[in-house]
Amino acid sequence: MATPTSVIGKARRRVDARAKVTGQTKFADDVMLPRMVHCRLLRSSVPHAKILRVDTTKAEALDGVHLVLTGEQFPIAYGILPVSHDEHALCRDVVRFVGDPVAAVVARDEATAERAVHLIDVEYEPLRTFASPADSLAYPEPRIHEYGDFGNVHKAVALEFGEVDDAIAKADLVFDDVFFFEGNTHLPLEQHATVATKDPDGKLVVYSSTQTPHYLHRALAKALAMPAAHIRVIATPNGGGFGGKSDPFNHEVVVAYAAMRLDRPVKICLNREEVFYCHRGRHPVLMRFRTGVTNDGRITGLDLQTLLDGGAYGSYGVASTFYTGALQTVTYDIPTYRFRGCRVFTNKPPCGPKRGHGTPQSRFGQEVQLDKIAEKLVIDPADLRLGIVQPPDSLTANFLRVGTIGLADCITKVVERSDWRNKFKKLPLGKGVGLACSSYLSGAGLPINWNDLPHSGVQLKLDRSGGVTVFCGATEIGQGSDDVLVGIVAEILGIDPFDVRAVTGDTDLTPVDLGSYSSRVTLMMGNAAIQATERARDFIAIAVSAKLGVPRERLVFADRRVFDAQDPAKGATFQEAVCMAEARFGTLGTTGSYTPPRSAARFKGGGVGPSPTYSYTAAVVEVDVDPETGWVTVPRVWIAHDIGRALNPTLVRGQVEGGVYMGIGEALMEEQVFRRLPAKLSHALVHKFPSILEYKSPTSLDMPEVITDLIEHPDPAGPFGAKEVGQGPLLPIMPAVANAVYDAVGVRIDSIPVTPEKILRALEAKAAGKPARSGPSSFPDIPWPETLRVTPPWAGGDGRASNDPDRPTNRHVDAGVEARAAKAAWEKSSS
Amino acid sequence: MKLHLTLTVNGESADALVDPNKTLLEVLREDLQLTGTKHGCELGECGACAVLVDGQPLLSCLMVAHECQGRAVTTVEGLVEDGRLHPLQECFADLGGAQCGYCTPGILITAKALLDREPHPSRELIKEALSGNLCRCTGYQQILDAVEAAAKR
Repeated sequence: MATPTSVIGKARRRVDARAKVTGQTKFADDVMLPRMVHCRLLRSSVPHAKILRVDTTKAEALDGVHLVLTGEQFPIAYGILPVSHDEHALCRDVVRFVGDPVAAVVARDEATAERAVHLIDVEYEPLRTFASPADSLAYPEPRIHEYGDFGNVHKAVALEFGEVDDAIAKADLVFDDVFFFEGNTHLPLEQHATVATKDPDGKLVVYSSTQTPHYLHRALAKALAMPAAHIRVIATPNGGGFGGKSDPFNHEVVVAYAAMRLDRPVKICLNREEVFYCHRGRHPVLMRFRTGVTNDGRITGLDLQTLLDGGAYGSYGVASTFYTGALQTVTYDIPTYRFRGCRVFTNKPPCGPKRGHGTPQSRFGQEVQLDKIAEKLVIDPADLRLGIVQPPDSLTANFLRVGTIGLADCITKVVERSDWRNKFKKLPLGKGVGLACSSYLSGAGLPINWNDLPHSGVQLKLDRSGGVTVFCGATEIGQGSDDVLVGIVAEILGIDPFDVRAVTGDTDLTPVDLGSYSSRVTLMMGNAAIQATERARDFIAIAVSAKLGVPRERLVFADRRVFDAQDPAKGATFQEAVCMAEARFGTLGTTGSYTPPRSAARFKGGGVGPSPTYSYTAAVVEVDVDPETGWVTVPRVWIAHDIGRALNPTLVRGQVEGGVYMGIGEALMEEQVFRRLPAKLSHALVHKFPSILEYKSPTSLDMPEVITDLIEHPDPAGPFGAKEVGQGPLLPIMPAVANAVYDAVGVRIDSIPVTPEKILRALEAKAAGKPARSGPSSFPDIPWPETLRVTPPWAGGDGRASNDPDRPTNRHVDAGVEARAAKAAWEKSSS
Repeated sequence: MKLHLTLTVNGESADALVDPNKTLLEVLREDLQLTGTKHGCELGECGACAVLVDGQPLLSCLMVAHECQGRAVTTVEGLVEDGRLHPLQECFADLGGAQCGYCTPGILITAKALLDREPHPSRELIKEALSGNLCRCTGYQQILDAVEAAAKR
């Protein structure tokens, strides 16, 4: 049971709501500084080429131009992951996609800068272009990058946990399915913007629409060869992020450099077309699931292969690759598991993390395959899943430590609320329901730059005014992190959230928080905030106890007072209490920090997947499919989310519904796709529709009614028991839509998005007596590296790879059904 | 040649010397420092730049500023009266209608235009009225709830 609270758990107006509804929230493009000049970038018009010459003479001569920059000024590479520092603020020798920045102009206004950009003359020598993973696997030369595993393969990984082939061979049935998930992009309504300036002391200040000010801080220090201590990054509230503002970007480095050179503020605001080129969105993924099952619907082994189209740069790609294989075992009981993932470079805008980071694609494959398994075994898909939910407080085959699991409750809830038992397979032709589940991290267990430092820090300042200021590097991207921070402080000190001021996302003023990604902020910042605030409460309690002669343990902090639980009249106002503490201890300030527990995995690649706790979600989607046109409408979605505890239910519900919304967009319409121009028109590989007009996303009329249930079993790892909600609820939507379409019209759409065209093609195939399906038919042969073999915990594994040259070989136990029995026995004995 | 633009913005007379090819959106944000009105697409698709011109909701990114010569423009900054939030603002704040807040000004303006002409709209009508305003955060439900609640005040 949750402890009684006055702020936590109550549906409240978020602390920054007034600023947002009055238009006073200051986004990066709203920052206007005296003497400010404006920057525009020249972006490559060709997909892959050597830069032979950049002539900036005419641009420099244009009236109103202050500065023209090229790759020459940016010799130092940077990137988000330490293993992929492959970007320069402006391209130096090679351009790698249409949209890659080549030069920059700073001028008195945007229009002049834009005119000057077009006066820059670039001579290119075209190189072979790689449009797809097939191209990149077929041709190792020319290499898009000089680094990477081989040819144009950025990363290839192979991991095996137990004897998978044996387990699948011993299964009653084997399912072998290939799926495809098309790329799509975040489409935040706010276009990326940055203002850089040199402060009067001569130090650099950068305001930017970034989700990760700490990583931008690091990247600027490296790329500009400046001491980090002389750089201040201020993350302005983001007008939507969804992962798309998590990388350090070219334009941020360019305007920072320009501001230092010109000694005046420089602004850039990308236009919508450029936002499509920044991308870092969902990777297109081809995947093959080979799964062994018993006749009663249990999994004996899973053999998963994924192929990711990474685009032109590394970005988060190595992590994205591992994520396509990380979370299957966290959701379901999978005793043996092999994962092989490969990311290739292509000449397209770089892919990276979008809401769900690497996991939605393989979640789609797994949940659709489970639907096929249920049908074959004549088991209700809900019952099949209920039978294989991973047990709580367990260690998975790939050494992920799972705490509380509310998945069974989620499934039961959506089945009941949607009247699933009376609808599934029972609705008339054209109407259908589909079910799917998912799980997600509540924060990545390991930082991007491996070190022993805290992942989140919080400072508190209290003074005789009775006011409390809380400082944290966390970044408000719309999710409500400022509200979570203030809510926790107010709860513990017994004051109103309005009494607390939050200062966030400012590297000069706030302690480091790693950023708004991986659904980490509520859990990590929240735990750090609890520590800082409890320390402050202790100072106050000691002082009040001494002054009023009430034992400390009897003091209650509530209603802006500190008082004796046995005699509530005996006490002090909160302001008086703070004064007592300030008089006794001097100036008041406390800190708190949070570092996730150590992961159980000791193998290479085991750094992706661990989390302090996981959220779980189940969804039922109802569809109407017109068999004549293939058009799909979604009238209703029932969703249940294991939140641990909802800190502010209004915000939690907003995240669930927003996740469903984004999932509906991905399921039905959103595609970041490319086409080749004809040979006579340069043969370039171009974005099909880099505009909001043609990149379709759901409007209010496309949005289904969403019936949300929150499953609340407080998790000991989370602040007040909370788990994540920002990403998990998106994940089951795409497979649930595909499963519902099958229930409605009897065709399998094994590729996302589920478009009318694909449905019609599958219906035609079905009518012609061919397989009633639309989707990829094969997975290519990939030269996988040697598989790292890790013995699962129930077979005596210690989390290291047995073929790690540093350790003696481990024993391997029997596979298949026996492995499952061993897993169950081990879980029972260790619980 | 700069253009001398005279108009009424949020009930106050305003004038500015602007480039004749500037949009109303640019004049509001850059010349009049009313940055509450946002931009998202440059082509009239996202609705973030919606303002009222003589009471009609229009997309300020598609309007050349000189078309507004002598007309009355209302932006999100004009919704607060006597220091009090408009009922729509109250309801958006209380019911989660704003997440990142970037689409919010345009949606508030569009919803105000709806309630001005139809004080008690059905949910379907609200959906239709707001279908030209994209929101990537909320999934629209809490926005619809907020407009419905405001209509009841």
